Amino acid sequence: MSSKKDPQSQDKRKTRFSRRGFLGGMGLGAAGTGLLEHEAEAAPAPASVSGPGPVPITLNINGKAVNLRLEPRVTLLDAMRNHMSPPLTGAKRVCDRGSCGACTVILNGKSVYACTVLAIDAQGKNIETIEGMPANNPISTAFVNHDAQQCGYCTPGFVMAAKGFLAEHPSPTVEDVKHGLGGNLCRCGTYMGIRQAVVEASRSMKGANKNG
Amino acid sequence: MANTPEYKWPPMNARKVIGKPLKRLDGPPKAAGRAQYGSDKAFPGMLFASYLGSPHAHARITSVDTSAAEKTPGVRSVHVITPAGKEIQWQGAEIAALAADSEEIARDAIRKIKVEYEVLPHFVDGADLAAAGSHGKAAGEVVQGDPEKAMQEAEVVSEGTYGIPIATHCCLEPHGCVIQWKDDQVIAWPSTQFVTGWAGTLAPNLKIPAANIKVHQDYIGGGFGSKFSPGAWAEVGAILSQKAGGKPVKIFLERNMELEIAGHRPAAYGKFKLAGKKDGTITAWQSDTWATGGFPGSGSPPLPYVYANIPNQRRNHTSVSTNIAGSQAWRAPNNQQASYLTCCAIEDFAAKAGLDPMEVFAKNAEFTPRADIYRSQMEKAAELSEWKKLWKPRGSQTGTIRRGLGMGVNAWAGLGHNCTARTTIGPDGSVLLEMGTQDLGTGTRTVMVQVAAETLGLQPGQIKLVIGDNSLPPGGSSGGSTTVGGVSAATRKSTMNALYKLFDAVAPAWNVQPEELESVDGQIRVKGTPNKSMTWAAACKKIGPGGKIQETGANVSRSPMGLISGGVAGVQVADVNVDTETGLVRVNRYVAVQDCGMIINPRLSESQVYGGIIMGISTALFEERITDNETGHMLNADLEFYKLAGIRDIGDIIVHMDIREVNDERGVIGLGEPPAVAICAAIGNAVANAIGARVPHIPMTPMHVLDTLEGRKA
Repeated sequence: MSSKKDPQSQDKRKTRFSRRGFLGGMGLGAAGTGLLEHEAEAAPAPASVSGPGPVPITLNINGKAVNLRLEPRVTLLDAMRNHMSPPLTGAKRVCDRGSCGACTVILNGKSVYACTVLAIDAQGKNIETIEGMPANNPISTAFVNHDAQQCGYCTPGFVMAAKGFLAEHPSPTVEDVKHGLGGNLCRCGTYMGIRQAVVEASRSMKGANKNG
Repeated sequence: MANTPEYKWPPMNARKVIGKPLKRLDGPPKAAGRAQYGSDKAFPGMLFASYLGSPHAHARITSVDTSAAEKTPGVRSVHVITPAGKEIQWQGAEIAALAADSEEIARDAIRKIKVEYEVLPHFVDGADLAAAGSHGKAAGEVVQGDPEKAMQEAEVVSEGTYGIPIATHCCLEPHGCVIQWKDDQVIAWPSTQFVTGWAGTLAPNLKIPAANIKVHQDYIGGGFGSKFSPGAWAEVGAILSQKAGGKPVKIFLERNMELEIAGHRPAAYGKFKLAGKKDGTITAWQSDTWATGGFPGSGSPPLPYVYANIPNQRRNHTSVSTNIAGSQAWRAPNNQQASYLTCCAIEDFAAKAGLDPMEVFAKNAEFTPRADIYRSQMEKAAELSEWKKLWKPRGSQTGTIRRGLGMGVNAWAGLGHNCTARTTIGPDGSVLLEMGTQDLGTGTRTVMVQVAAETLGLQPGQIKLVIGDNSLPPGGSSGGSTTVGGVSAATRKSTMNALYKLFDAVAPAWNVQPEELESVDGQIRVKGTPNKSMTWAAACKKIGPGGKIQETGANVSRSPMGLISGGVAGVQVADVNVDTETGLVRVNRYVAVQDCGMIINPRLSESQVYGGIIMGISTALFEERITDNETGHMLNADLEFYKLAGIRDIGDIIVHMDIREVNDERGVIGLGEPPAVAICAAIGNAVANAIGARVPHIPMTPMHVLDTLEGRKA
């Protein structure tokens, strides 16, 4: 299974927080010594360290500024689901380590796994979640048309992954969809519908653009 | 009352809503991310729970010290689940839990609980019967006919060893609930396959009446048989809530515990010997099988599967207990295992006899309960899979990439569970349909509305449906493919009962008898007299201001009354490519010919078949709980190394539903399980056909395939 997602966006190296570094530091991760050394080298002067207690964090979600007080270790996913009021629960927490795509959101135009992005790192970026899309958007509508959801728990992640994918591949074939959405998992077995839905969504989005 | 409905379905060609491919009603909220699951619930002051699981597969607890956790700021309650002196039998067994203001605090604090263990010897290797010793419990030998004589007289004898490992359900929404216990009242938002029965299972553990437990669920993120009971977590969550002064507690398993302890499909292994004639007739079956569902052992696949009437049989089975958390029902319990073991043995018999396996499966169909159906399904499956063109005798291929075809069979009972629907018609023309059932994503909401609309002669949009609450008339548990039978029969009865009450109210207007009326296309009219009709709205006004018609209808599982039945068959064919250098198996095409009853919604029933097959392909190619003998730990309790099939991994799937009048007359039959049965069998056989050797153990991973190709013991 492949994914075009790249949670390690280019802005990443400027920041001093990473989930992997945090896990390593807590003695929980499988991160090797080399990685820790690398993190140590990149570590800035202690004076600018944030946390470990809550710090003010501002997220730009669906065009609105959201002010939160969060520990720097909190992921974007947990920030949305557990720390916002009301919470944003379209993104689901399933694997919580970048394997299943159920928490996919769009960060500065690219689809990412929200469980692999720290909220503090998502500051200053444009975060799009499924709640920011109209309920009858072309992708969700195509999913309904092709019965591309059963229990539905993976569906919001697939819809957002499809949005990110279609932004880069506006005219995909079914074969393209199989590769482009390989980073998301469904347990009920809706893949046949999803393949068709994403192709239909691409057509209706182009139609809408022409008409608009 | 003379006007009693006769509960039948309208004739196939007269239906206006039933049989139409409506889009699922729960599709829009799910596809727009608006559907709220139990794990999405949030309430002011809600606490987050965290669990401490045992790191040992078998141990006695000698001490549990929660003092440091209790002192942690933000921790509101701590509960010791397994106190000192108790023995635990699997890794991940819950020792303690706590609830805190945030998940971060809960996760930090749970690590502060100090537990001392007396580590005891463990046994986790269910694949090796010889190692099981006292962990195995033999069921006793079963002999039918004269297997010895049949083996001696046989012209062809084949032998084989096959196995199918433990697979975990991997529900994307983990097991758990949000639960609040205040005074003697409990409110819960669980993730469950049994909304109506949830409280009754939990109540004795909390020592409160079930009537004091309110349960609400709009959506469930996957169950597949593993979410019938509240599980230990509901009780623990309730206790944490009570200890915290009645604040709601969110208690859902983390992914690793979900895979370790929330349930799995039992493993099954066996040694098989089949005997028969050169023409492919099977005369004798011998099986020595063992199975494990973890602790305390379970799993007994019905053998020989489908071909149950092979005349001479000798069967032995041993249940093996291992130090692994116990199993749960999995979409057609024991059937995947039985289908795999049986179909592998028949395919190997065919290969030994030098025959086309489909001919052997067909020739011996007389040993199945539905010979004609299976034979005709094989013909259809052969046509759709281009069997005659693409199938080559086993071992006849050369080259790096080898293509193989294989088949498997399925069967399932179905029928319908006990449940009650309630229909309320208001003087404003409104229709409310209610039942305390649940929609697992199988289409339950949609089929209930279709049945109601058909019965009342209305559009689906005119029916308001409410499900998912235990204050409603009782629903059944969604298992055994019994939901669609139960809810469709109960809905039909309740809506017919209500409609006949409406006829009673309307009939005097034309001075006719109620039974002379019918409701069609939004009109109540006198049969055969088109000028005597009124709109639905006008008819409902006859109920009178402030009045209502409210009628229930029940399905009783043991008296289907002609609306539903059970017993479907299926034949499936896998077409795979095997790379003999890398061992990689890829599905080219998968064909399913699925027997069915009356189809309420062809779009959604087809989705059920697709879903069963895709889950099956995933288990056939990727899934295996890997448990380390040394530590007793599950090594792949995550979604990186417990692999699930992705959108690329399933090939092309062709589904043929056998929608015909003769099947329609059988009534409604559930389809959640039957199509999910035969996939390991078909893919395993296709791989054997491709590479000329039997890969004994599912999943068909590169490691297993290369082991076989290079003659290594798995």
